Formats: sequence, structure tokens, C-alpha cells
Amino acid sequence: MDSYYDPADLPRFAAIGEHAKELSDKFFAYYGAVFEDGALTAREKGLIALGVAHAVQCPYCIEATTRDCLEQGCDTEQLTEAVHVACAIRGGAALVHGLQMRKVADKLGM
Amino acid sequence: MGARAASELLAQAARELVVAGRRAPAPPAERQRALLAELELRDPLGGDFERHVERSGLRPLCATGIEVLQLNVGRLCNQTCAHCHVDAGPHRTEVMSRATSELCMDVLARTSIPTVDITGGAPELCPSFEYLVEESRRLGRHVIDRCNLTVLALARCAHLPRFLAEHAVEVVCSLPHYRRPATDAQRGAGVFERSLDGLRKLNALGYGRGEPRLRLVLVTNPVGAWLPGGQASLAAEWKRELARRHGVHFDDLYTITNMPISRYLEWLARTGNLAAYLQRLVAAFNPAAAAGVMCRRILSVGWRGDLYDCDFNQMLELGVGRGAPRHLREFDLEALATRRIVTGRHCFGCTAGRGSSCGGETT
Repeated sequence: MDSYYDPADLPRFAAIGEHAKELSDKFFAYYGAVFEDGALTAREKGLIALGVAHAVQCPYCIEATTRDCLEQGCDTEQLTEAVHVACAIRGGAALVHGLQMRKVADKLGM
Repeated sequence: MGARAASELLAQAARELVVAGRRAPAPPAERQRALLAELELRDPLGGDFERHVERSGLRPLCATGIEVLQLNVGRLCNQTCAHCHVDAGPHRTEVMSRATSELCMDVLARTSIPTVDITGGAPELCPSFEYLVEESRRLGRHVIDRCNLTVLALARCAHLPRFLAEHAVEVVCSLPHYRRPATDAQRGAGVFERSLDGLRKLNALGYGRGEPRLRLVLVTNPVGAWLPGGQASLAAEWKRELARRHGVHFDDLYTITNMPISRYLEWLARTGNLAAYLQRLVAAFNPAAAAGVMCRRILSVGWRGDLYDCDFNQMLELGVGRGAPRHLREFDLEALATRRIVTGRHCFGCTAGRGSSCGGETT
């Protein structure tokens, strides 16, 4: 193994089922069902997935969800806005913890 | 049409509407076929389309009748789209003559083929376009015009929207996206706005409002190296967004997979996407889509009257198979209606995922 991440692993994802097959079968069936049209469209779910992929910073997920969003008819500007949503929530999550920092600082400070 | 008339048409089109410049010609058909055949693919059946068809229980793949006579009336177009499988543009001079158009109508009259599908290029730039529409309608056939929308902005085509409506022609229009960037990237700067103008003209005549006589269909195909999304899901979104953003209405949306031939093939090869794209098409082979491929129900006619299984085979210069008449002059309905389909690796474009055809998804 030359590196922790290998693009060739993504199309081999199903090989995870070579062990504990029943669990992976359930996962892939569930995964497929999640992304079907429901109360949210497949396209809306794809954009959410793209944002989450960036939030969890998974390169496999970023490639897969980008491709999926393009296939769902999203253009690059729409994809970029979805990434900004992830960025805003991640950034906001850091910033809102600043209030915790302030509480600690206020308690300890004079 | 003579070379002089064609060049006059080109000059007029260039004055009225310059959408995109001339591109380098696509590779010759023989080279395209070889390029696809030579690709190394990871596939247990060797990337052999016939073997996939056989495993699906469909071999030999044969026509099941002729429901659509598709006339490709030429390569002349006012646009030069990046993905065009016809390699069409204002510089092309191949256009169906009046004599060949009359031969098409003679053949149509001898059959009961219910639908005439007129494509190009921009079919409206063919001098006998209106003759083909009028004669097909006089014979009681349904007519489809595959329209690029911007052609309706040409002065010489100003009367066409009303002409199409008066003859109850179904208009099937290319529009890759309901937003400008992707549409202009594929079809040329300014195409999106001009396409909206064309749609508004058609809407004003009653097209796209659910009236069966005035059916308006949009066609979207990926602006890049990926497969199209689900047709029904995209249609709902497109209807909502085109109405909300632009006040434009249409009846249906077809999603079409880009075929790895001609300009799109050249783009795939140039950008290093070819092998992965074909791999994707092969991996997504769907037996249900194979059963529903359009070549089983249509007959494609070239601008000189030659016969093909589909418009893609036409561009790859793959005429109908041995044993079937190869030109309209020798038209034989029985032989053509059950002919064996000529296939190649490009056929994986029609059988991937939900399937693809001139009428959108096939599953």
C-alpha cells in the first residue's frame, strides 16, 4: 500500500461485502433506498450528500457525490453553493463554540 | 441544394446569428470506430456489445417494426455545439435535395409508418423542410421537428413557429440546462438567452401547455462525461425552475446519454475521459434498456437517401446490415422491418442505466 487513499478503491467499494456480506448487503440496499425520490427529490438529497461529504472530508464521497450531483443536473455553481453550506455550518460550529470559550475566560478572568 | 445556395445560406446565417465559430472536423468515421474498438476495458465480456446482448437473451438483435421514419436532412446548422454527434455547423453543405425529399415522401405514402421525425443539423435550414412537413401531415402522419430553438431567431425562419403550430408538429428542442452557464458551455455563447426567446415564441402559440396537438418537449444531455439523471425527477424540477425563473412552459423532458462518437468522442479523448466514460457505459449495461433500444422501432434516412439503423450508425457510416435494402430507392418494408441491427461499442450509450433514445429513457 503506497498511500492511505487510492482512487481505484472507490469503484471497488462493493468488495467490502467479501466479508460480513449480510451487513454490506443491508448497507447498500439502505444506501440505494435513501437516495431515491421521496419527500425530498434525489437531486436535493444529492446536494445534501455533497455538503456532508465536504464536512466529513472524505475524498471518496466527494468524488461520488460530485458525479451524482452532475448526473442529477446540477451545475458547478450549484455544487459550489452546496459546499459553502457545509463550510458555513462547519465554520459556524467552530464559531459558536466561542461562546463556551468566553464563559471559561469570563469565569477565570478578573 | 447546390454549393452556391448553401454558401449563401451560410453567409446569411452568419450575419443573423453567430453562435459559435467553426471547429476542426471530427475524426473520420472509420477512425472513430477503431478508437472505440481499441480501448482496453475491464469487462468479463470483453466490452463486446453483441456478447452483452446475447447474455440478455436478445441476440440476434432485430428490428420489431418501423414506427418512426427518421429523416436526417443534413449537417447544416447555425450552431456548432461541443458535443454534436453530427459534427454539424454553418460550414457544412450536406443538405437533403428536393428529389430525395420527394423519394422520402413516396416511400412514406406506400407505408403506414405513423411518425416522421425530422432532424439534422438544424432541419429547418433544409430548403425542403416545409415540403416534408406538409406532405407528411397530408398523409396523416405525426411529425416531429428536432429544433435547436436558436434557429427560430433567424429572419428566414421567422414564420416557422406559426407554420409548426398550424401543422400540429411536435417540437423537440435541445436545452442542456435550465440555467445559462452549462447551456452556453455546450452550445455556444448566447445560446441560452436565444433558446428562451424561441421557447417563448412557441409558448405564445400554445405550445407547452398540455395541448396534445402542440406538444413541446425539451431534451437535456450531460454537459460533460457523466450519465444523465432520472428523467421523471429532472422533469419536475425543470418545469418548476423554467416557470419560476423565466416564465417558460413545456410538456415533457427527455434525458439523453451522450454517445461516444464524433465531436463528443473527440472531446472525451482530448480531455482524457474516454476510457473511463466507455467503462462507465459498459458497466451500466441494462438488459431492459437493451430490449427497448430505438433502432428496433425506427429507420434512419441520411441526406442522400441511404438507410441506417439509427442516427448514430449513420454518423459512423454503418449502413443497415447485409440482406436489407440500403437506399430508399430499394425500400422493402418487410425486409427492413425485421432487419438485423448493426452494433458496435457506441451502442453501450443507448443501453446504460435507464437507457437512452431520441425519446429519452427507455426503461
